[in-house]
Amino acid sequence: MKVDIIICGVGGQGVLLASEVLGNLAILARLDVKKSEIHGMAQRGGSVFSHLRIGEKVNSPVIPLGSADFMLAFEELEALRYAPYLKKDGVVLVNRQRISPLTVLSGDAKYPENPVAMMKEHFERVFEVNALELAKKAGSPKAVNMVMIGALSKFLDWDESLWLSAMERCIPQRFLSLNQRAFSLGRAG
Amino acid sequence: MKVFLSGNEAVARGAWEAGLIFASSYPGTPATEILQNLASYREIKAEWAPNEKVALEAAIGASFAGVRSMASMKHVGLNVAADPFMTLSYTGVNGGLVIAVADDPGLYSSQNEQDTRRYVKASRILALEPSDSQEALEFTKLAFELSERFDTPVLIRLVTRISHSKCVVEVGDRKEVPRKVPQIDPAKWVMLPAFAKERHKVVLEREKRLKEFAEGSDLNRCELLSEDIGFIASGICYQYVKEAFPEASVLKLSVINPLPLELVRDFCSKVKRVYVVEELDPIFEEQIKAAGIHVVGKEVFPEYGEFSPDLVRSVVDKGYKPSYISFSDIPARPPTLCPGCPHRGVFVALRKAKVKVFGDIGCYTLGALRPLSSIHSCVCMGAGVSMEHGAASVGMGNSVAIIGDSTFMHSGVPSLMDIVYNNSSSTVIVMDNGTTAMTGKQPHPGTGVNAKGEPAPKIPMERIAEALGVKRVRIVDPYSVDEVYRAVKEEVQVDEPSVIITRRPCTLITTRPDEIWEVDKDKCIACGACLKVGCMALSMNGKAKIDEVLCFGCGVCAQVCPVEAIVKRNGGSNEG
Repeated sequence: MKVDIIICGVGGQGVLLASEVLGNLAILARLDVKKSEIHGMAQRGGSVFSHLRIGEKVNSPVIPLGSADFMLAFEELEALRYAPYLKKDGVVLVNRQRISPLTVLSGDAKYPENPVAMMKEHFERVFEVNALELAKKAGSPKAVNMVMIGALSKFLDWDESLWLSAMERCIPQRFLSLNQRAFSLGRAG
Repeated sequence: MKVFLSGNEAVARGAWEAGLIFASSYPGTPATEILQNLASYREIKAEWAPNEKVALEAAIGASFAGVRSMASMKHVGLNVAADPFMTLSYTGVNGGLVIAVADDPGLYSSQNEQDTRRYVKASRILALEPSDSQEALEFTKLAFELSERFDTPVLIRLVTRISHSKCVVEVGDRKEVPRKVPQIDPAKWVMLPAFAKERHKVVLEREKRLKEFAEGSDLNRCELLSEDIGFIASGICYQYVKEAFPEASVLKLSVINPLPLELVRDFCSKVKRVYVVEELDPIFEEQIKAAGIHVVGKEVFPEYGEFSPDLVRSVVDKGYKPSYISFSDIPARPPTLCPGCPHRGVFVALRKAKVKVFGDIGCYTLGALRPLSSIHSCVCMGAGVSMEHGAASVGMGNSVAIIGDSTFMHSGVPSLMDIVYNNSSSTVIVMDNGTTAMTGKQPHPGTGVNAKGEPAPKIPMERIAEALGVKRVRIVDPYSVDEVYRAVKEEVQVDEPSVIITRRPCTLITTRPDEIWEVDKDKCIACGACLKVGCMALSMNGKAKIDEVLCFGCGVCAQVCPVEAIVKRNGGSNEG
């Protein structure tokens, strides 16, 4: 088996924690896994991504172009930015949230009218997730990442209990129930 | 036990397992997390040093004293530490000494793209390069042993993609290593010319033994598959090659200095066409070709930027065109100063004061970007202060240096000493946000906390400046644009050295002030002045709008509004 997932969003949306949960999930499922991301200058309010590759044996931590099986986009514009990694029949889960970059706020650039429609033009399996709304329902707008993970879990064969155990491995106890609630809402939604 | 570790975490774990006692570093992406993780181990005395030179020298001292020690840094940090590094090759070690250095191909967070392997070759020491986190752990662990066996420092070369990628790693236990007696041996440790001459010969002899080790070591691995096409690669490039050409032969180099050239010769005799795949400089290629072995390298591969499986494949296989969808004209999302960042008010004031600004390395380098556009140079740590002196000395005038608090401690102090000693009327702004922000809020000598999170003596920068002889030292609030502006205007006029400290904690280490700002829509004339402070919380949709969740409450935007349309919600005035 091979699952390549590209997760993208904006600094502060919890992209890195989401990929951390997926990495631990793979370890619990006794598979090889690699993830790759960028810290530092590249992260201050900027575009954030994480490549996650799960399989029997993973070489490159970077997903080759046109080959990701899944995209988790926490923000609409970011879905467009990382589309080159997706394969044609890849599954796109996009959070219906727009965060204007400074280039747009300052009038230097224009936010595309409808990124989700643009994605749908080129990819057949694009699903919208109201992750912010569900996260708020779970108790915090910061739980968008776990809603998205929950939405992804429906497409993969692992038991729900394995996902919840993976979350336990990387989320502090005091935030666990909130995050697991968000996950369940994403999975049910 | 299997855990999910980044390359940096794995280096730290390997060092801990090897019985490491002392470690020192200065934060720098992508190497920061090595020391951060070392600090979490009870048995290790892990420290943030003021800079990389000091860190390496402290590690040398610990080695001299008889324990295993380590220094870690980013590639440009090794420039700072180059002085001890080059002579450490001569002295050798007592306790095993490992230096972990992370390069940044593609410049994700650096000012240049230099290749650490040049230093390794120049110093003739042993260097290993891991290709994943498991190897990062194993090689680091082994490096201490090799350091002691060959009496050499050992360098672990990392790149961003190894440091910041996570893999499944089998971890082990720590093994304590008996402490050696301090090595009192002047001919080995006192590098006077007479002794150093002899040590240079020892280095050359050692290099021969290291070459023998490299030729025979099973760390280097020959994977013979195809007779037609083969690759020579180390580190992350090995993974890219395996991904792009699973059927090809590969000579995987793990010992990257000295190179096992006979092994390379043997490999090349068995495979018709051999490519050397290395990011950045043609270090392997130059040595291989100089040995008279035919390979293909930088004739086809770039000497800049980060590689990828796609790049390797498309360079070698001209017919390969990956099929993917790409959208054009996507607005960029560059990194920006956080809402509430105390640096913002300083940049707004500097822009208004129309001064030339010598910048430095840190979050505040982002002040060079639009719309703040307030920095006119950035070379290396401390350079802003020294450049201000040079420019002031030749009469340029109307300029200031800006430098962060951590960077001031790193290398701004000698530069300020230069200003005082050589008497230029320079103005230095120390932007004191109480942390090393860009790399993830590490403490430094001015913060009162050490790497372990324990209380430590706090070294105040204003007293350093005064002790150096700066008579005009003032502390201002960067949330007040006017206060900063007036200070700058005054200090650039005076005919003596001056220091302005803009002091406010980084938003990452403090809580939000209890103030909510909003736009009075009736007053707003939609002029866009507020957008020019470059804050993510501000937008314009007919009228200016403040995002209540993102807004930190600094009030800088209110101070630039020409019609006082940005007001505190509870009817407060905008006299920030």
